Amino acid sequence: MSRQFGEVILEVANISLSFGGVRALTDISFNVREHEIRAIIGPNGAGKSSMLNCINGVYQPQQGTIAFRGKTFRHMNSRQVAEMGVARTFQSLALFKGMSVIDNIMTGRNLKMKCNLFQQALHWGPSRREESEQRQFVEHIIDFLEIQPYRKTPVGKMPYGLQKRVDLGRALAMEPKVLLLDEPMAGMNVEEKQDMSRFILDVNDEFGTTIVLIEHDMSVVMDISDRVVVLDYGKKIGDGTPDEVRSNPDVISAYLGTTH
Amino acid sequence: MGPFLETLIGGLMTGMLYSLVALGFVLIYKASGVFNFAQGAMVLFAALTMARFAQWIPQWTGLSDKLLVNLLAFGVAMLVMVAVAWLIERLVLGKLVNQEGITLLMATLGIAYFLDGLGQTVFGNDIYKIDVGLPKDPIFLFEKVFQGGVLINQEDLAAAAIAAALVAALSAFFQYTGTGRALRAVADDHQAAQSIGIPLSRIWVIVWSVAGFVALVAGIIWGSKLGVQFSLSLVALKALPVVILGGLTSVPGAIVGGLIIGVGEKLSEVFIGSYFGGGIEIWFAYVLALLFLLVRPQGLFGEKIIDRV
Repeated sequence: MSRQFGEVILEVANISLSFGGVRALTDISFNVREHEIRAIIGPNGAGKSSMLNCINGVYQPQQGTIAFRGKTFRHMNSRQVAEMGVARTFQSLALFKGMSVIDNIMTGRNLKMKCNLFQQALHWGPSRREESEQRQFVEHIIDFLEIQPYRKTPVGKMPYGLQKRVDLGRALAMEPKVLLLDEPMAGMNVEEKQDMSRFILDVNDEFGTTIVLIEHDMSVVMDISDRVVVLDYGKKIGDGTPDEVRSNPDVISAYLGTTH
Repeated sequence: MGPFLETLIGGLMTGMLYSLVALGFVLIYKASGVFNFAQGAMVLFAALTMARFAQWIPQWTGLSDKLLVNLLAFGVAMLVMVAVAWLIERLVLGKLVNQEGITLLMATLGIAYFLDGLGQTVFGNDIYKIDVGLPKDPIFLFEKVFQGGVLINQEDLAAAAIAAALVAALSAFFQYTGTGRALRAVADDHQAAQSIGIPLSRIWVIVWSVAGFVALVAGIIWGSKLGVQFSLSLVALKALPVVILGGLTSVPGAIVGGLIIGVGEKLSEVFIGSYFGGGIEIWFAYVLALLFLLVRPQGLFGEKIIDRV
């Protein structure tokens, strides 16, 4: 497998984050290159989700910088991060439950919609054209994720594994440069995990999207990632290709425990 | 048969107006999780603005075409309500993001008193008339079907038609436009909505503006029936049992709830009122809401609240 990566698209430098007296992250640095699938792994409470939330602008780290395509950002909220081209999915599903699959994914096109409120309210001319253009894109995503039969179903009524796909679809609708996946396979059975792995690889391949994912399930991560960061107790204990990480003694002891 | 139908239709008409006020509550609650105590004050404030400008515009400009004056006054009142929405987001809600529901409730209580006071300071505290030319004469329907027919107030009929059209337009707006979708998204999950680039502050201004628009329409209709006066802000109290009955999170709930309360209080007054010595129209709605709270606290159409323990 000879995969080509571009330049560094996301540079995380010396990030420290604490909540009151609890240190969630201590001096974390790593980078993500264009077109790469980058995983962040670690045992429970290692700070994986905190890390993702820092990149996504949900948390503001006390120290360190995050640079996206060479531009450093600090104190940005999720919306501003989204505008720069970073999308995310959620570990505990945060879909709009009362809305249909199409509507959920359409919300992801929000930033692409240019018509103003009044044009939309009148539902006329440019607004109508825009709506149908966006709709076409959304249908493409629905086909891609193989959820055509559910397009009008309220997502709250769908099986869990499929809801996860809708979450992915909504993020894809933003045509992100970087896609952050927060435990995309949590709570799935083997078959669903295989499907999800396939979609992640396809997204990376077809759309050229750079992917940063957090995952619990080591075997899945090792199969699909190009490079892996390992966190434990908020510190970075390993960084490299899956093979390098697998043979790193610190990583092994973090996951399996050591004999003291 | 005649009196029964008359009462029923009268109740439906009143109910439609309750729904209109309740709709304002539901819109804001859905989009921001704020129980907006100021909805009644907004109705009064909007109606006052409309009534006074309808008086002032002819004085200032010498315009005499009634329709034009009313349209201008409506436009001004709408602009004022948008400004109010923007200020509320800027000065109050924007500062209270992620605070407890009770904090936000208290804030809206403050807004309510402020608007009540401001309205009367700026626009005066007399009883003002709004005349948008709703037909006043009662008409008889079904005279051929049974003897005596049914007496209906044309003004009520027009008001109900306006309210129904407004509700339909709002539902379509919520259902079929990008902004409507964004509003529903914010209502469902703030965090997720932000992560896909929906700006919360803009959405809140839009929602409060829409609620202001609804308040304006409700204020005009009530105002042309009763005159614009302070007691208008108390109409909102009747909307409380409506939202409890219909469910705080449901637009159809606000409508059905309003109709049930409207019909219920009129029918009960006429048919069982005499057993209680009359006057039950005043408290019927609240007792009904109380019973509902015991049996179905989330309301008819509200989402059942399931908490993880």
